[in-house]
Amino acid sequence: MTFLLGQSMTGGYGGADILHDCTIGVERGEIAVVVGPNGAGKSTAMKAIFGMLSLREGTVTMDGEDITALAPQERVRKGMGFVPQTGNVFPSMSVEENLEMGAFIRDDDIRETMEQVYTLFPILREKRRQAAGELSGGQRQQVAVGRALMTRPGVLMLDEPTAGVSPIVMDELFDRIIEIARTGIAILMVEQNAKQALNIADKGYVLVQGRNRYTDTGATLLADPEVRRAFLGG
Amino acid sequence: MLRGFLMFAIMFALLALVGFMQSWPLAFAILNLCLISAIMSLGVNIQWGYAGLLNVGVMGFVALGGLAGIVITMPPVTEAISAGGGGVLLALLVAAVTIGIVVLLYHRLSGKLRGIAITLILLAGAFAARAVFDPAVEAIEAVDSARTGFLGGLGLPAVVAWPVGGLFAAAAAWIIGKVSLGLRSDYLAIATLGISEIVIAMLKNEDWLTRGVKNVNGLPRPVPYEVDLQSAPWLIDLSERWGIPVVEMSSVAVKLCYAGLFTVVLLIVLSLSERALKSPWGRMMRAIRDNETAAEAMGKDVKARHLQVFVLGSAVLGIAGAMLTTLDGQFTPASYQPLRFTFLIWVMVIVGGSGNNWGAVLGGFVIWFFWVEAEPIGLWLMDVLTSGLAEDSALREHLLKSAAHMRLMTMGLILLLVLRFAPRGLIPERS
Amino acid sequence: MMDILNTLALLGNYLIVPGITYGCQLALGALGITLIYGILRFSNFAHGETMAFGTMTVILLTWAMQSVGISLGPLPTALLALPFGIAATVLLLLITDRYVYKFYRQQRSTPVIYLIASIGVMFLYNGLIRFVIGPDDRQFNDGTRFIMKAREFKEMTGLREGLAIKSSQGITLIVTILLVIALFWFLNRTRAGKSMRAYSDNEDLALLSGIDPDRVVMIAWILTAALATIAGTLYGLDKSFKPFTYLQILLPIFAAAIVGGLGSPVGAIAGGFVIAFSEVAVTFAYRKVFGYMGYEVDGLMQLLSTDYKFAVSFAILVIVLLVKPTGLFSGKSY
Repeated sequence: MTFLLGQSMTGGYGGADILHDCTIGVERGEIAVVVGPNGAGKSTAMKAIFGMLSLREGTVTMDGEDITALAPQERVRKGMGFVPQTGNVFPSMSVEENLEMGAFIRDDDIRETMEQVYTLFPILREKRRQAAGELSGGQRQQVAVGRALMTRPGVLMLDEPTAGVSPIVMDELFDRIIEIARTGIAILMVEQNAKQALNIADKGYVLVQGRNRYTDTGATLLADPEVRRAFLGG
Repeated sequence: MLRGFLMFAIMFALLALVGFMQSWPLAFAILNLCLISAIMSLGVNIQWGYAGLLNVGVMGFVALGGLAGIVITMPPVTEAISAGGGGVLLALLVAAVTIGIVVLLYHRLSGKLRGIAITLILLAGAFAARAVFDPAVEAIEAVDSARTGFLGGLGLPAVVAWPVGGLFAAAAAWIIGKVSLGLRSDYLAIATLGISEIVIAMLKNEDWLTRGVKNVNGLPRPVPYEVDLQSAPWLIDLSERWGIPVVEMSSVAVKLCYAGLFTVVLLIVLSLSERALKSPWGRMMRAIRDNETAAEAMGKDVKARHLQVFVLGSAVLGIAGAMLTTLDGQFTPASYQPLRFTFLIWVMVIVGGSGNNWGAVLGGFVIWFFWVEAEPIGLWLMDVLTSGLAEDSALREHLLKSAAHMRLMTMGLILLLVLRFAPRGLIPERS
Repeated sequence: MMDILNTLALLGNYLIVPGITYGCQLALGALGITLIYGILRFSNFAHGETMAFGTMTVILLTWAMQSVGISLGPLPTALLALPFGIAATVLLLLITDRYVYKFYRQQRSTPVIYLIASIGVMFLYNGLIRFVIGPDDRQFNDGTRFIMKAREFKEMTGLREGLAIKSSQGITLIVTILLVIALFWFLNRTRAGKSMRAYSDNEDLALLSGIDPDRVVMIAWILTAALATIAGTLYGLDKSFKPFTYLQILLPIFAAAIVGGLGSPVGAIAGGFVIAFSEVAVTFAYRKVFGYMGYEVDGLMQLLSTDYKFAVSFAILVIVLLVKPTGLFSGKSY
């Protein structure tokens, strides 16, 4: 039983379907990466799993429970953490307040979780009184990931977390994501930087026009000459 | 099409009802203001309906048009002009030169120096202009202040004042538009609110120009006077034949003349508006309104188009404003109230159907009609509602006294109800 | 030396004291505008009338209290009536939100539609206020008139110029300081306050984080009602209550909110003082100041007659729109 599974998802934003019988899943402690050319429906697939568009067919299950009908907010309460590609921090609020807002639905003591986030991203501890909008792009992404971790989610979903950051920052961020996965959290990630992302992936999905084209472990996909030629630029 | 026609028919039937039930001079008085309201409503519709621009300073543009009524039609006061005309002119020149220098400095200098230099020049210019201006104004206002005390006008026919009123309003609109268009829509709303307050303050206080709160009375008319008509043989003849008193007959005749003139203006503005709306220009305007980002991406200069449409709409408001002073025969700055001249016009456009010129015209008619008739209706309603209370009951007295304020509430309510339940108005925009 | 002191007293009396008082009133008004802007993202044209409504309920309650002999001694009875006035205004705004704005929220209407709706609401309040209390001037300040009279100041210091401080001016300053501290404590220290800032900052992310939008909107209206009622009452205590003035004060309040940066509470306060002091300074007659500095001048040496005080707010507004449309504290200009 896959921990988080979007099974045979078909649907779009009203109008024509963007996803066609698309299946994506991830286990606890695993990193799954969705790659593919522009317009392949990668982000759409992730949004479908998160409930931001309604499916015409197919189901989404988490920990065995059918959550297809739930709104995104309810899925957050069920243990999904989502980091949008843009607008993923509260720019005028301090780093610490961003984390607090991430934990808004929690009524218990959040200090321990915040401590874990600070341990994971030490720079955030340093800048915790600073407004998130004043941070660099890479630091802002760390705030965004930290914010999503504040609900202690079972699965963390990242929509192109390395868009617009330098290669060094990207490597750093991927290292952190591996660390997060080691704590037992399932990670589902959409990525443009396919090669680097598949490098850290336990499971890789190559989507083309809203359909599953290749599904395998990250290493196998990287080794597949056909995949390399068509999607990874040789 | 049929729907619009029917509604206009009902409107005229209502006006006729007023003629039969109340009096014909009243019916025609309402009609004349309906016509002017329709033109104002067209002006706002050009801005809001075509382009989605929010003008919350309608009052100011209407009042500027009214100012043209004085400046163009009143006979010049030669004594006042020789006493202070030169001084006023010089002061305006000083102000213009100051602004010129400031603009020049703004482009030539930079940083702190620019700020300091501009502030100093502005202060010096302001004091210099006032030094020339104040004595000149004093001299002008001293000239027979009970009757004149202002510069007077050019002594031209009233009809000339109408397009000039449009020009005045257009000039103000150009400045406002230059500053506040291209930013978010609220800014234009607030900027226009501001300019209208300032225009009214100016008209109330610049006695040398407008006599201020002393008002300008006896503006020349484009139509004959009642007194002259009452001695005209054809009118006496007609009044005898129809059995209508001569005084009433003359009043109706004068109002009919106005109605004729106003109808001509309304038809001209309406047909030009219709033609503009259907032209490629109009289609582009609406495309911009519906999706500004897309239009911009297609290479349309949205800000320039908006400026154009804003100036045009304001010009129409100015024309209507000048017509209003001509109809009133006087200019009373204190009568310009934002609720009457800005928000009421808004209600007309929204109720009539934003984006549809015929709708705007109908809205002007309907809302003006009910604005006038709401008071007697409200009074009657209050009277009926409170008839159970004792004749000298304080509550009854208060309610009857406050009935006049009911119409503000009614207008607010109508606006909200239409906006929510029939946002496309009485005659919806053709898509 | 005496001349310098006299000049200072003169400026204090006609510039600084009125400037501070007016600045407080504008700041509180602008805070209401900026809060609604931050949360509901439209310029609330009904805010002036909201202030008038709040003040009206305070006046009616003040009269009721006076008639049964309740008073605060040297302080105006209105202060006692204030909480009840706020409650009434809260009720009015929540009802308005329920029946007017909520619909457009669900429709996800553009801000301009909200704006027009707020104009309709303005009409409605306007009529309601005139219906209940009439359009006339009302005095309702029954406390001591002065903290310090001009004569007392002259006797105390031996200066020629007097410096008077009205009780209403003192009350305005104290109430404003307390209120602003309370507001910022709420926004920066409480969960509800932080959730409001989060919602204002990034609505989508706030929703994702489980912040309840209806609750945020409700709190925004409650705060706005309190701010509007207090601002209106202070203004009314200081000048007098006349429904029409609350329509006119809308322009300087908007100017203050934009100058500070729409959506920024700190900006609203700063903007309020910028507008207030500019208005007072530009319409002040400097003749006596020149006199004390040893220049006898003709004329009032006034930059602009008080009739044009609105032109000052407008001019500042125009400058800000031209130079920095996001305002001093970088609000939202899009």
